[in-house]
Amino acid sequence: MARYWINGESWVEVKDAEGINVVHLSVDDKEIRVSSGQTILEAVARMPGIGNIPALCYHPAVKPYGACRLCTVEVSEDGGSKSRFVAACLYPLKEGLIVKTNTERVRKLRKGIIELLLARCPNVKRIQELAEEYGVDKPRFVLGDQDCILCGLCVRACREIIGKSAISLVNRGIYREVAAPFYAYELSEDCIGCGDCAYICPTGAIQMGPDGKAVLPKVKIPYPEIEAMMQRETVATS
Amino acid sequence: MMEPVQELLKNKVRSVSELENLRQSILRQRDPSRTCISVCAGTGCRASGAEAVVDAFTDETERREIQLSVELKETGCHGFCERGPIVVIRPKRVFYQQVKPEDVPEIISETVLKGNIIERLLYVDPVTNEKIVYEPDVPFYKRQTRTIFGANGEIDPRDIEDYIAVGGYSALSKALFQMSPDKIIEEVKRSGLRGRGGAGFPTGRKWQSCRDAEGDIKYVICNGDEGDPGAYQDRSLLEGNPHSVLEGMIIGAYAIGSHQGYIYVRNEYPLAVRHARIAIEQAMDYGLLGEDILGSGFDFTVMINKGGGAFVCGESSALMASLEGEIGEPRAKYTHMTEKGLWDRPSLLNNVKTWANVPLIIKKGADWYSQIGTAGSKGTMIFSLVGKVNNTGLVEVPMGITLRRLIYDIGGGIRGGKKFKAVQTGGPSGGCIPEQYLDIPVDFDELNKLGSMMGSGGMIVMDEDTCMVDIAKYFVNFLKEESCGKCVPCREGLTRMSEVLSNITQGKGKKEDLALLEDLGGILRGGALCALGTTAANPVLSTLHYFRDEYTAHIDGKRCPAGVCRELIQYSIDLEKCEGCLRCLRACPTGAISGEKRKPHTLNQGACIKCGACYDVCKFNAVIRQ
Repeated sequence: MARYWINGESWVEVKDAEGINVVHLSVDDKEIRVSSGQTILEAVARMPGIGNIPALCYHPAVKPYGACRLCTVEVSEDGGSKSRFVAACLYPLKEGLIVKTNTERVRKLRKGIIELLLARCPNVKRIQELAEEYGVDKPRFVLGDQDCILCGLCVRACREIIGKSAISLVNRGIYREVAAPFYAYELSEDCIGCGDCAYICPTGAIQMGPDGKAVLPKVKIPYPEIEAMMQRETVATS
Repeated sequence: MMEPVQELLKNKVRSVSELENLRQSILRQRDPSRTCISVCAGTGCRASGAEAVVDAFTDETERREIQLSVELKETGCHGFCERGPIVVIRPKRVFYQQVKPEDVPEIISETVLKGNIIERLLYVDPVTNEKIVYEPDVPFYKRQTRTIFGANGEIDPRDIEDYIAVGGYSALSKALFQMSPDKIIEEVKRSGLRGRGGAGFPTGRKWQSCRDAEGDIKYVICNGDEGDPGAYQDRSLLEGNPHSVLEGMIIGAYAIGSHQGYIYVRNEYPLAVRHARIAIEQAMDYGLLGEDILGSGFDFTVMINKGGGAFVCGESSALMASLEGEIGEPRAKYTHMTEKGLWDRPSLLNNVKTWANVPLIIKKGADWYSQIGTAGSKGTMIFSLVGKVNNTGLVEVPMGITLRRLIYDIGGGIRGGKKFKAVQTGGPSGGCIPEQYLDIPVDFDELNKLGSMMGSGGMIVMDEDTCMVDIAKYFVNFLKEESCGKCVPCREGLTRMSEVLSNITQGKGKKEDLALLEDLGGILRGGALCALGTTAANPVLSTLHYFRDEYTAHIDGKRCPAGVCRELIQYSIDLEKCEGCLRCLRACPTGAISGEKRKPHTLNQGACIKCGACYDVCKFNAVIRQ
């Protein structure tokens, strides 16, 4: 018998059905059983009232990616003696797993990540809300003015759902941004103007333009030397 | 009449006895007493002009018509790059260093033909001032244990017969005909070999897990995407002894049941790419690779994939993404790559050095191998010893050697008689270890305890003139550029860390900055997606731990104790000591120094760019740096 939580307050006792693969785990001290083959985030998202896992780069329609790290939770595979941070959106459920979604360590880590995101995108409403929830007042860094958090949802939606790959993440590290092939900000014929990228964008960084095509966010990096480099690259590729 | 070796090679080598016959006939053709001029043509020596030396030897031997009696061998890296180009004359192993093309006629006429030693080309031990004639007596080599690297000086990497002559591919024939796959894995497990790429995961366990993984198609991958600043041991191994790596891969493939392998090597290593390619072609020709290897019925092929030079592609999941043609970004490894790796198939990835250890373990046995090293780390490790040491180069030592022996006995101590300050191990994500830990044994676990790591074997030595804040900034900037940018902690965290460190080195640091750096370090360690990110804060956290006073000097005192951070230092001329020699005046690129001969000079602060040229040229210590 296992306790199946219907929501944060009530549960029912259920017997494991034969022939169905289930895993038993504990989430924030509540024992639950769910069908195997899911990630922590998928399982918890279906159980209202259990766990508190924020996520920015996750969307059920595309494959999990693990970029924003906000869904970080603490898990223990050995009954609680050792625990570690994992990304809930990617971690596959295992029998006997103990998950803690909102410990002090987890909250501290998320708070730090939100501070970094807020410093990059101080004007994005979704991030301002998260900052308020996690008690981030004012970032301790020089503020940027970007809208794009580089979660890659637009790129994944365009590739996985639409099958077009009209946009991609280009470059690496601090130079990373969303761009069309050959580093163009103007979209090519590959873009069918479906608006999927704009719809899925968690920060509103992608908007639909008057010509029916998406307008990509221009990443504005607050470093003069990088801007100089970007300028050179644009010249070289145009 | 056909030579016996060619006779044997009309068909591929198809059995153990044919391989042994081939080896014997190669050895019969070779006269061990014949003079062999072995010129190091590794990348280090090439940079110091080894190719011209090789050409000069070719011309000179042809001119004197002795090319048949004297063998000229272009080998891989000998390790002592500081003294290149290196020439060793066998069989006596006379060791000449910093050889120039103009020295070649004399080497031929004196040493090769008459057996005389040319004094001026000998290596002088800086400690005893003694001239050393023979290679094994050079302290740099004498104190090493060169089990993996040793053959580099003896073989031409482009000639498979050289490798076979020194016992090459005998481990493969032993593995294929005398051992079952399980027995091989058992042997690797018992040897205690741990991955040489950085994390130090037990190699045998990795192999077991890949063997046990379900799937018909499995891959074997050699990670040659070495990208640490100052590290080149994987490069030198692939350049100097590619067959040892290949042999290890074939044994690994047989053990886990794989038929396709990849060598991922960066395109910036053209010689490594070329030599690996030649090695694969020759091994195919000889029947040691391809279909029905040595007549055993086992098939295995290897392809080379040239990496574009992203540091992050050395991370196994990013490397596999790159092999698949995707962006080189790491993925979460909650399911091991041994179960779901390249194209979601079970994949066995090991570092170049790990693969090169395998033939040795199979040939000599796990009992022999596990005698070398410490309880938790077996075998030898190749370090690239660079920075402010006298003898920079590649050194191979048993695990457990102390840092002091490495830096002082093999490295010859600190350059210019300066004082040791710290050593950074494990590449850009390693930590800086201060003087009080010089006597710890170097192995995976001890380095981790000190907040550093083994990494791929980088070892950068720093002297008293190094500013630890500046060093931390350097590594953070490197990683900031090399981070793939996928996850927020790494991309944003490193950018901000670099911002804070820049402020500190420019005298704009605030008291709260230290706590901020520690917070950022915690976010990276706990939150980043891959090992690049989780270890990226090591240089900052370790210097904060061991050299905190240097940070506070920058922040509170607005000064850089090592005199490195330009914004925080000032040069001036001590009028008492200045002899008026005009040296600094001539060296100054901005004309900030004025004065007449034999009269004390003056320095105009407004025009000074703090380059330190005056400080470096002054013979009277009259330039003061504060």
